[in-house]
Amino acid sequence: MPIFVEKKPDKLISEDGTRIDGRKPDELRPIEIEVGVLERADGSAYVKWGGNRILVAVYGPRAAHPRHQAIPHEALVRCRYDMAPFSPSTDRKKPGPDRRSIELSTVIEEALKPVIFKEMFGGTAIDIFVEVLRSDAGTRVAGITGASVALADAGIPIRGLVTGCSVGKVGDFIVLDPGHEEDMWGDGDMPVAFFMETGEVTLLQADGQYTYDEFQRALKLAYEGCKQVYELQKKAIIEKYEKLKLEGEIDEQENS
Amino acid sequence: MSKKIVELLLKDHINALVERGIRRDGRGLHDYRDIEIISETATHGDGECWVKLGKTQVVTGIKVDIGPPYPDTPDKGVFVVNVELLPLASPTFEPGPPGPESIEIARVVDRAIRSAEAIDLEKLVIKPGELVYILFVDIYALDYDGNLFDAATLSAVGALSKTTIPVVHLDEEGNITADPNERFKLELKSKPATVTMVKIGKKLVVDPNLEEEQVADGRITFGVKEDGKICAIQKGPGSLSIELVEEAARIALSKYEFLSAYYG
Repeated sequence: MPIFVEKKPDKLISEDGTRIDGRKPDELRPIEIEVGVLERADGSAYVKWGGNRILVAVYGPRAAHPRHQAIPHEALVRCRYDMAPFSPSTDRKKPGPDRRSIELSTVIEEALKPVIFKEMFGGTAIDIFVEVLRSDAGTRVAGITGASVALADAGIPIRGLVTGCSVGKVGDFIVLDPGHEEDMWGDGDMPVAFFMETGEVTLLQADGQYTYDEFQRALKLAYEGCKQVYELQKKAIIEKYEKLKLEGEIDEQENS
Repeated sequence: MSKKIVELLLKDHINALVERGIRRDGRGLHDYRDIEIISETATHGDGECWVKLGKTQVVTGIKVDIGPPYPDTPDKGVFVVNVELLPLASPTFEPGPPGPESIEIARVVDRAIRSAEAIDLEKLVIKPGELVYILFVDIYALDYDGNLFDAATLSAVGALSKTTIPVVHLDEEGNITADPNERFKLELKSKPATVTMVKIGKKLVVDPNLEEEQVADGRITFGVKEDGKICAIQKGPGSLSIELVEEAARIALSKYEFLSAYYG
């Protein structure tokens, strides 16, 4: 039985475009990405995006089980998106997959597949686990963003990084990276992901209503947002290897 | 075949070291790995605790819900412990409903907390027989490098000790009102810990890491509390002599002070 019922705020955005959390329409929430946070996984990442906390692990290429799912000429890429019971700000979520998480697993998988050199690993599986520990709107794009750096961390050959970001519609405004209230009570949400090297779209979903002009502006704004996130992804990967390099140099000094 | 040989060689090597009182990672036989409690807010729980026990990582989030009590305990709140061994945490964990391994961990953690009478369930009643608080203790394994039992207990008790519960008002017509800012602290009467040991050769090794678990000949877990009492026991695979079981109990009791320091 729910203890609290969330109340809709009086106003999500002011006339001058100041949003409920104080951001401008084209402003992202604070984002931090850390690479290589898990010992057992082949690649991993921890993404803090606004109030979201998302852990991603990549395993593979490894033997595909069950065997009948294996594809002889390319790797089987599987994603499992999961929300922890303690991740929603409202009621506890029952553990295990539901219709929403099954759909999100599929779209995340499809968003990442285009950049993976699947043809190099016939008969194997590449498993991507996206675990939402704390949810605060935009978990799928944060998951994709983390998964793509975790793939790089796992040393899986990829054509480049996939970067995700949502845009939304709040009244007459198109806003970047909708927050929790905007997601709950706004007029539309459009999660987008790009293969940044080429600018190709690998994830695109939307709810709400948009004129053609609004749609065009939303897509453009999403791309501008992704450009900022892309820089953070690259920085996170470099940071991990800078750290390893430093450790290596210390070892060398000690040994010489 | 080659894997088997490597396993046997590793087992012999670890056995030989333990015989001399040494472990591969440099610890003494009764030493825990480094423990770290991560303080950043990583969940939306009413209480939470993220524990690193060596390279094993576990996060627990508490969610407080309300609902009817169990018919046989109308004047007691409810608490439920659930463990998820996420496929993210190990190449050997697979997606799906909880298997025997995660159920065993959940039940041992539950038993230690329940037997220690850590939570005063009678204080979690809103209206006897009709409405009580339900505490969901969800324990998530994030990285598995051995000894999930002790990491899970540390994280579950750590999360409970930081839990606050929303005050729920129930009027005569049965309407429920609550203010998100009006909360009370969950008081714990005891903060139990579990101490897990494995038998390697003829000796007991505390806080086994993954490779030690894999080569061990037996496993035993004791729940211990502040007054020097044992509050749960679980023997895992293998067999142990009476002398060894008694020694395990003494070691477990001696470790409580060290572990409880992490409850803050």
